[in-house]
Amino acid sequence: MKVEQISIFLENKSGRLAEVTGVLAKAGVNIRALSLADTADFGILRLIVNSTDRAKLVLKESGFTVAKTEVVALEVPDSPGGLAGILSTLDKAGINVEYMYAFVQQSGDNAIIIFRFDELDKATRVLLDAGVRVLRAEEVYAL
Amino acid sequence: MIWNEEFETLPREALEALQLKRLRGLVDRVCTTVPFYRRKLEEQGYRQGDIRSLSDLSRLPFTTKTDLRDTYPFGLFAVPMERVVRIHASSGTTGKPVVVGYTKRDIDTWAELMARTLSCGGTTKGDVVHNAYGYGLFTGGLGAHYGAEMIGATVIPVSGGNSKRQIMLMQDFGSTILLSTPSYALNLAEMMAEEGVDPASLKLTCGLFGAEPWSEAMRREIEKKLQINALDIYGLSEVIGPGVASECLEEKHGLHIFEDHFLPEIIDPVTGAPLPYGETGELVFTTVTKEAFPVVRYRTRDISRLSLAPCSCGRTHVRMERISGRTDDMLIIRGVNVFPSQIESVLIAVEGVEPHYQLIVTREGSLDVLEVQVEVNESIFTDEVKGLEGLARRVERDIKDLLGVSCKVKLVEPKTIQRSEGKAKRVIDQRKI
Repeated sequence: MKVEQISIFLENKSGRLAEVTGVLAKAGVNIRALSLADTADFGILRLIVNSTDRAKLVLKESGFTVAKTEVVALEVPDSPGGLAGILSTLDKAGINVEYMYAFVQQSGDNAIIIFRFDELDKATRVLLDAGVRVLRAEEVYAL
Repeated sequence: MIWNEEFETLPREALEALQLKRLRGLVDRVCTTVPFYRRKLEEQGYRQGDIRSLSDLSRLPFTTKTDLRDTYPFGLFAVPMERVVRIHASSGTTGKPVVVGYTKRDIDTWAELMARTLSCGGTTKGDVVHNAYGYGLFTGGLGAHYGAEMIGATVIPVSGGNSKRQIMLMQDFGSTILLSTPSYALNLAEMMAEEGVDPASLKLTCGLFGAEPWSEAMRREIEKKLQINALDIYGLSEVIGPGVASECLEEKHGLHIFEDHFLPEIIDPVTGAPLPYGETGELVFTTVTKEAFPVVRYRTRDISRLSLAPCSCGRTHVRMERISGRTDDMLIIRGVNVFPSQIESVLIAVEGVEPHYQLIVTREGSLDVLEVQVEVNESIFTDEVKGLEGLARRVERDIKDLLGVSCKVKLVEPKTIQRSEGKAKRVIDQRKI
């Protein structure tokens, strides 16, 4: 159920994002989803790609600080209240969302959202019990 | 193991009385025999009998490396050349070297001090001492050699170089004590690994390492790789050579300065004011027993601090902290003296932080601003902003606690800090004053 995500430490300097994407392009790695968290000094780029290990390797070789983290991908009904329902389920279970971002692609009529929780396993269990569709990793990489 | 029980464990009161007596003798002696000191003391308005207590030491003029160069080669010798039995000199990579001389008695004093040092590492007459300090004008090789002979140990005067052969000799001769620079010890360890020599098959028990700055991390590495105890020893040719101070096996925490021969002080490197025990500053030595080349308040430019905390080894001599840097690297930020090594010590204490850092000092209006750039490696990188920011704030707090100076920690990507000739450039001072 868990999806591997790679996170890259970036200084806030012009051209760094282009370098990351350039390195991945040259290695033939396809980016499926991304999000950028930034502060005044630095940013953290988070990516879901079709080949996590390869992406991590080539980025490390290019001198980037890279970490692999686990997230979950959820299918969210593409209608008003779709996300609200999921978040309220999590809230009731006392689970914290560290961050989340949307997938560009849709799965049928539903949107896909990537979540990072403080308690990943518990969150997955709670969501499955509530009937939320949690995507398998292979599904996500192949989207 | 204590070589000279009587002098190394003298109660402080008796030690200080001895120091005072010897200090008076020294000042009288250099006043009569060395024109350079006579002139400097006269300029300071010194008159015979002015030294009434040890605290009067701080009223005497300093001697600097420049003074030593200006009086090249023998201008500061306090005895006629016919009494000088040995000359040593610093490497002197630029210009003329610094030249020092020894009388017969100085050589004996030095041998005793190195016997004390070696005894700090447990050396006895049954030991085989592998002396890889360089022999020659450099004080390391011969200084250690005489100390080991005084103990009655078997000395292998192997000097530096040819690591493969050194390892063979250590195996065949059953060396038990290793003397070298710490970096050479690591070099030997690496060579052993390459050659498939198991350090446990050697008889080495202890290494006494000096002549260059090193760190606690290096100590752990040497101890692990060579399976020995590694002690830090300190000395400089201007004072006598090796044998000025040594750690003891019991605590491995600070180096006992052989205070019956050398009076240490810590001063503010900018104002020259003496600093109390525990404060960090420049180490200054006065040699009170040397005959041929005594120095009065010699400024080492080495950064340390002193502690009088009692030591479990029984020695009463003050301990100096491992040298943490050179005064040449010091910064003054908002009136506070800051040594890059102090910042480094904060960073090292934070788990996972590599000591790749750079200090950038700028001035905003009339205020100095210190930015500490720290490279983010994989062991400190967390995927979440709050984790990284928390780390930065923690380092800022620790630096503020230690130095009393606030700074801004900026996390940067690996390898972004300029490295010049393999060594990191630590300080960029952009203040235009």
